[in-house]
Amino acid sequence: MIHLKKIRAAKPADLPQVIEIDALITGLRKPAYWAGILRRYGGRRPRHFFLVAETEEAVQGYIVGEVRDWEFGSPPCGWVFGIGVRPHARLGAVATRMLEEICERFRRAGVDKVRTLLARDNALVLAFFRSQGMMAAPFIALERDL
Amino acid sequence: MKLQQNTMIALYSALEFAADPERQISAAEIAAKYRVSPHHLAKVLRRLGRSGLLHAARGVGGGYRFAGNPKRITLMDVIELFEEVGARPAGRGARREEERALEQILAEIDETAKATFRSITLDTMIKLLARRRS
Ligand SMILES: CC(C)(COP(=O)(O)OP(=O)(O)OC[C@H]1O[C@@H](n2cnc3c(N)ncnc32)[C@H](O)[C@@H]1OP(=O)(O)O)[C@@H](O)C(=O)NCCC(=O)NCCS
Repeated sequence: MIHLKKIRAAKPADLPQVIEIDALITGLRKPAYWAGILRRYGGRRPRHFFLVAETEEAVQGYIVGEVRDWEFGSPPCGWVFGIGVRPHARLGAVATRMLEEICERFRRAGVDKVRTLLARDNALVLAFFRSQGMMAAPFIALERDL
Repeated sequence: MKLQQNTMIALYSALEFAADPERQISAAEIAAKYRVSPHHLAKVLRRLGRSGLLHAARGVGGGYRFAGNPKRITLMDVIELFEEVGARPAGRGARREEERALEQILAEIDETAKATFRSITLDTMIKLLARRRS
């Protein structure tokens, strides 16, 4: 278990570390993308959440989500669409605690369901969400070439 | 989605062992609990033993103990010891477009099934069971 100082809303000063963690996971640095996420999800917006988990030393992880309304007839629910933990801070319950925190904020925003969407071959993140009690949602993701 | 009986017995057994990795459990005990033939079960347990998931316990009573990490072993790891999810009879050379189109839909379903089995560890199943019981 990693001793976290706090899980809180992300601030501009956190961006370099978030970008670094994302790049460690995906191999890509995306400063413009993260600046956009901070603009739309940072701060104290009631239904948009961009949270970071920090220890005394550094930001160890981030989670991004929002409350979405009535998509395809589904009542408003919480969506998590980004999560990442620094490789050397893994398996210390950082992601578990961040998910708990964002779920608490979703509840306070008045919803009682949380969803996410993942690549079928992302076994690690799927295993994480499954371990948190998440089950298949009654939706089917579809796509086609344009 | 249906799994073969041997696979189901293997999954029940793996969960039984993983729930208490220190405990030595006899084939007879699991056979009685799931009402399956001890002979049948012994074969399944031997297979799990050969794959390294179980340790054969020495001494009186025999039986096995869990040997893996329940947080890393997925349902798929157990299933694929016994069957191939979505295995279909080998094709017969050139085939019709209708057959291929239907095959594509069946393959979609199989991929979802496989991803589901790969994403659920024995530990996650044990937690799911605990939630269902409470
Ligand atoms: C998935 C991820 C967020 C998990 O973070 P974490 O802080 O290590 O997770 P936790 O310590 O809270 O783990 C909780 C549970 O998840 C499961 N889990 C975590 N890592 C796992 C692994 N490597 N294999 C299997 N299960 C795992 C376990 O059940 C674990 O339970 P335990 O603590 O009882 O062992 C982290 O591994 C990560 O950032 N991975 C890359 C993320 C990514 O690819 N993002 C892009 C798409 S969104």
